[in-house]
Amino acid sequence: MSEARKIALMLIPALAVIGVLFLGGLAIGLARSFGYSPNLGMTDPNLDAYRAVFADPAFLGALGLSLYIAITSTVISAAIGLGAALVLRHSFQGRAIAMFFFQLNLTVPHLVGAIGILYLFSQSGSFARLAFAAGMIAKPSDFPAMIYDPQAIGIILQYVWKEVPFIGMILLANMQSLGHDFEQVARSHGANRWQAFWYVLMPMLAPALISSSVIVFVFAFGAYEIPLLLGQNYPAALPVLAYRSYVDVDLGARPQALAMGMVIAAISAVMIAVYLWAARKLGR
Amino acid sequence: MARLLHRLAVWGLILGLIAPLLPLIIWSFARGWRFPDLLPQAWSGRAWAYALSDISGVLDSLALTVFIALTVTLISAVIGVPAGRALGLHQFRGKRIVEAIVLAPLIVPALAVALGLHGVFIGLGLTGGIGGVIIVHLIPVLPYMILIMAGIFANFDPAYESQARSLGATPLQIFIHVTLPAIFPGLMVAMLFAFLVSWSQYILTLMIGGGRVITLPLVLFNFATSGRNDIAGAIAVIYILPAILILALTARRVTGMTGRI
Repeated sequence: MSEARKIALMLIPALAVIGVLFLGGLAIGLARSFGYSPNLGMTDPNLDAYRAVFADPAFLGALGLSLYIAITSTVISAAIGLGAALVLRHSFQGRAIAMFFFQLNLTVPHLVGAIGILYLFSQSGSFARLAFAAGMIAKPSDFPAMIYDPQAIGIILQYVWKEVPFIGMILLANMQSLGHDFEQVARSHGANRWQAFWYVLMPMLAPALISSSVIVFVFAFGAYEIPLLLGQNYPAALPVLAYRSYVDVDLGARPQALAMGMVIAAISAVMIAVYLWAARKLGR
Repeated sequence: MARLLHRLAVWGLILGLIAPLLPLIIWSFARGWRFPDLLPQAWSGRAWAYALSDISGVLDSLALTVFIALTVTLISAVIGVPAGRALGLHQFRGKRIVEAIVLAPLIVPALAVALGLHGVFIGLGLTGGIGGVIIVHLIPVLPYMILIMAGIFANFDPAYESQARSLGATPLQIFIHVTLPAIFPGLMVAMLFAFLVSWSQYILTLMIGGGRVITLPLVLFNFATSGRNDIAGAIAVIYILPAILILALTARRVTGMTGRI
């Protein structure tokens, strides 16, 4: 068997599954968002659903909210994740225990973290009780709203909680393979610690930081159950609104639900390009 | 001073990371825990007794979730290991396109895909059953398997296989005695991630399962939103325990490996 044929045989099952399920699902969603579904007798593609969606304040509010949640969560997670990797990379007493707990919530599903955040930060949650015990509030409603709130603080806290170890572990793995040599050379040439970090370590970490941040961004942008549990009703996060429109009793709203799905997919697709660009830099 | 600051940063970080898990554990043993009590007035095993009883269906959901995740993991290993080998070990035309296609499902949210698939799955009779849920879980799981295995195969030396072949080993013997032992640690990590990705799925299971395939996250969400904090706490602990056990057993192996869960 020729080499090329062998490679093709190894790839075909995987590409068939991804092609049929993933690309197929997107293609069908795209067709239906254009109002094209032959078995419903709709054979005239149009942009009505997109026009309706982009004229709808509920959609624009949801899009804005989801972008805000994704950007804020990503920036905060990346900053703390980088800091965490820096404090965890050197050996210290108790590092093995610290590393175990640091990795622990990589295995904890987002939903569990979201419920934990709910119990910690709701107006009758643990922190409200501590505030009461400290005499800072007199009743639950005095505690600042961080759940179901317009600033989506609870949602952002949940993503940060879950993604700091994710970004941290990727950066730690990168630092491990880089070693300390580069920074030491810089230091021996007179760079101070800050310069060695900013001009030597950071450029080498940047690709991994960017690619892991892209993954955090698209997750925070496209997740459903976390904003459903911790978010306000209006404006809802975009995935929540899209699913709500999809299961609406009015089947005429379906093309609009699919149009929202396609907006989610399109914004994420831009991120694939960013990821590949960063990964290619990493490969060099 | 610098050392003290370092300690504070490390343990402050760890405390912040475990904090959301603590109220879940406490709630699961609480007998009423009203504002403003810092700790429950009374403790009880009621929530646990209910969660573990036959009526609650939690254990059935646990078994179902394990079954789905294991099946998805095995299917993705069978399909993903060869693909990972092709990407990790070989150069070929169109490799970049293949990499982009494999990467795409990791980045594009599954909801966007599921909205499109749902109608077709109804037509094929794949909604409302375990089979459809297993198929749709492959979308987020398979790319992990392929990408992790591609990384493993990038460090694999196929010369050992040619040596075994020249000594007269059959392809199956070569795979079992040469290839598999070499990739085994990496394969375990990939399967662990695959399992966890399927284990955490919510919206795909809800949509394609049509509310009839009740996995643990669905049960957990229902109790959490119906105000039964004690039972939700117990289910949350049941839900995270297997993964924590696996992590404890494989901690050394997983250290340094990364993946999206």
